[in-house]
Amino acid sequence: MILVGAVSEIPVGESVRVQGQVAIAVFNVDGEFYAIDDTCTHQDASLSDGWLEGCAVECPLHAACFDLRTGRPSGPPARKPVRTHEVVLVDDQVYVHETIGTGVPAEVVGAGSGEIR
Amino acid sequence: MRAVTVVGASLAGLTAVRALRDQGFDGRITVVGEEPHAPYDRPPLSKEFLAGTVSEADLALETPEDTSLGADWRLGRTAASLDTAGRAVVLDDGERIVSDGVVLATGARARCLPGQALDGVHTLRTLDDAIALRKVLVPGSRLVVIGAGFIGSEIASTAAGMGLRADVVETEPVPLRKPLGLEMGRLCSRLHATKNVRLHTGAGLAGLVGTTRVTGVKLTDGRELPADVVVLGIGASPCVDWLIGSGVELVNGVRTDARGLTTVPGVVAVGDCANSDRAHASEPVRLEHWTNAVQQPIAAVAALLDREHNPPAHHALPYFWSDQYGHRIQFAGHRTEGSTVEVLEGDVDSFDFLALYRDRDGNPEAVLAVDRARSFGRWRRQLAGLLSPAH
Repeated sequence: MILVGAVSEIPVGESVRVQGQVAIAVFNVDGEFYAIDDTCTHQDASLSDGWLEGCAVECPLHAACFDLRTGRPSGPPARKPVRTHEVVLVDDQVYVHETIGTGVPAEVVGAGSGEIR
Repeated sequence: MRAVTVVGASLAGLTAVRALRDQGFDGRITVVGEEPHAPYDRPPLSKEFLAGTVSEADLALETPEDTSLGADWRLGRTAASLDTAGRAVVLDDGERIVSDGVVLATGARARCLPGQALDGVHTLRTLDDAIALRKVLVPGSRLVVIGAGFIGSEIASTAAGMGLRADVVETEPVPLRKPLGLEMGRLCSRLHATKNVRLHTGAGLAGLVGTTRVTGVKLTDGRELPADVVVLGIGASPCVDWLIGSGVELVNGVRTDARGLTTVPGVVAVGDCANSDRAHASEPVRLEHWTNAVQQPIAAVAALLDREHNPPAHHALPYFWSDQYGHRIQFAGHRTEGSTVEVLEGDVDSFDFLALYRDRDGNPEAVLAVDRARSFGRWRRQLAGLLSPAH
């Protein structure tokens, strides 16, 4: 598990970047924490620098939007989802349990986006 | 409306097709594209694709969902004229595609030099251009880029990273003066020196040296720079010649209103070819920006279909970015002549800062950031809120 920091250090609407096997972005959405791969699947940009809108983050470069709960892009220009990672709170500390492997489940790619669109 | 023809099969054309379906149009869609390739993303052509870290497949713009768009793609076909009376797009082989609505998304083409082309002289606009250029960017060879605009600077940056010796030639005393102003143009052009790329300002191209193959360039100040490869980064012209005589008003591209409507009913224009009225701008602006090509088609399709369209306020501000020499430049807004600029965050000397532009009256009008994506995103939205309501 990767220590992200104290809950108090990541205010609502803020995000931080931590280094796992790859960079991971951690977001505080109204007290709920979410973690996804930090690098946009479209082109090289850091999603932790993105704009948080509800449970989605908008890439700071091209405005590709990813659902923080599923990692799925809500539409172009991104075509592939980002991985999501489990967030664990212990004693007011935020930890990320990194999803191992590059495994984006095949059925996620391009499938079922109708519900998001 | 039962049938729409989209002329242009790049980002703006594809976005128009998606917007037509998203906005409930279930009629026939025909897309005409001059290039043989399915829609692809152009920004990486001067950067990752040129460097070889991104493949042709990575450039594909279509997503798996796009297969359900049900459009009839006519790729490798050229629109020769628009018959507004007959509501037909006429292709160069005489085929007539008749429809109720037409989306003009023909983009722009790279400007070239008049006269016979020498081998080794390139422009960069299309995938085929990039493939050709990539083949000749060999480590150790000498590249001269004509024009220190964003494309030229990115190409020089990529080439320097690939181990070429690069020179950049710019007619203006200060590069990027038009988009960024004197002060920030001067500052950003200092990036070239960080990777030992030589920038020659105030020097125009007097001529190319070589018989069949280019061996150098002559500058207007009398100097001669040896070159194995020359890239012309001297701007682009809207692809609208085919519309001359159609009745569609042409002024530096297709003249449109703020929604993308042209002077001919049922015909809209979007992307690089459209010279459009813009909120917060005193005169029409033709934008060659990626983001414009994904925003304007949605508004124009809504106008074509007579639908409501209420984009976020910050979409009214032009936005572009440029990646060069390991730094990311982002800009949003309309910079006017006589603007002043104030650095609000960071340090200009380490190329890590955010700056705000104000017009002559002191009103905020644009924001520039280098390697400050997070602040930039916030300022971009804040700026849109600060501007007076769209007129």
